[in-house]
Amino acid sequence: MGKRSVPEVNAGSMADIAFLLLIFFLVTTTMDTDSGLSRRLPPPVEQEETDTPPIKERNVFTVLLNSKNQLLVEGKPMRVEELKDATKEFILNEGRDEKLPEFNQVEIDYFGLYEVSKGIISLQNDNGTQYAKYLMVQNELQRAYSELRNELARRKFRKDYADIEDEEQKAIRKIYPQRISEAEPKNIGKN
Amino acid sequence: MAKFRKKKSGEQQAINTASLPDIVFMLLFFFMVSTTMKEVTLKVSIQAPEATELAKLEKKSLVTYIYVGVPTKQYQSMYGTEPRVQLNDQFATVADIQSYIAQERDAMKENDRPKMTTSIKADYDCPMGIITEIKQALRKAQALKINYSARQKVEYN
Repeated sequence: MGKRSVPEVNAGSMADIAFLLLIFFLVTTTMDTDSGLSRRLPPPVEQEETDTPPIKERNVFTVLLNSKNQLLVEGKPMRVEELKDATKEFILNEGRDEKLPEFNQVEIDYFGLYEVSKGIISLQNDNGTQYAKYLMVQNELQRAYSELRNELARRKFRKDYADIEDEEQKAIRKIYPQRISEAEPKNIGKN
Repeated sequence: MAKFRKKKSGEQQAINTASLPDIVFMLLFFFMVSTTMKEVTLKVSIQAPEATELAKLEKKSLVTYIYVGVPTKQYQSMYGTEPRVQLNDQFATVADIQSYIAQERDAMKENDRPKMTTSIKADYDCPMGIITEIKQALRKAQALKINYSARQKVEYN
């Protein structure tokens, strides 16, 4: 009985095959994880409700953006770079100014009775506004809120807002709720 | 003197390449796992605007994309140079968005539907008019979670 040896499979071309696949995936791969500014749209309104309680002038922070990408904040022209600080000042109202928003006393976990600003940011843009500029304004408003939340988190929990527990984040979000309202679009100053 | 003859120095030893397939396979698996195929071919040119306060879109399956921008060169003769909307692989109008969203929502699992996010990928130079129209359409379609796609900006001040 002659011993029959099983012939070995030649694996020399294995590397070539693997390389081919590798190159295919290298070429087709897109590593980008999508990111962007998250927003929530207001639900659609069936009819214009006329009897909504009016919001006091002092509680509204009006931001207007025209077709020439110019910013008008509370009736005064402003550069985008200044918007963040102006927004923070409006929400904080440290001097309890008569012209800046009022406060509600709200019971909040970890904090007890806390004063929550009634301020609302109203953003209005023109149809001709450049998208990048609009996003920049949105970004600045978001930045104002993130910084406020971060400062509070550091004061209270000695940690960054991103590093604290979910419950704690929720409490801070209650103190600084992000209230950005976007007015129905108007078509002004188009050329 | 033959006893102390030098070793032959001319022939170089070949490097053992037996583990090369293993290394290549490792790389291959890495790319296979991390890869996401490009779902659509863009027919509009999009240069994302920059922002700093970015939130990541976690689950790809929950995201619906709307592309807005000027048609690329080869489509300009047909569709003009005004910013247009692209849904999936074709040009569309704002009026199509509602049915597109409904269709995408139907394709999702029941308990995923409330988490549906719409990502607006628009060119930085778009006028807000078209974006506002899209937003209104999305509101009507009850797709309220949106995300303005943007790139990370290097921090200033």
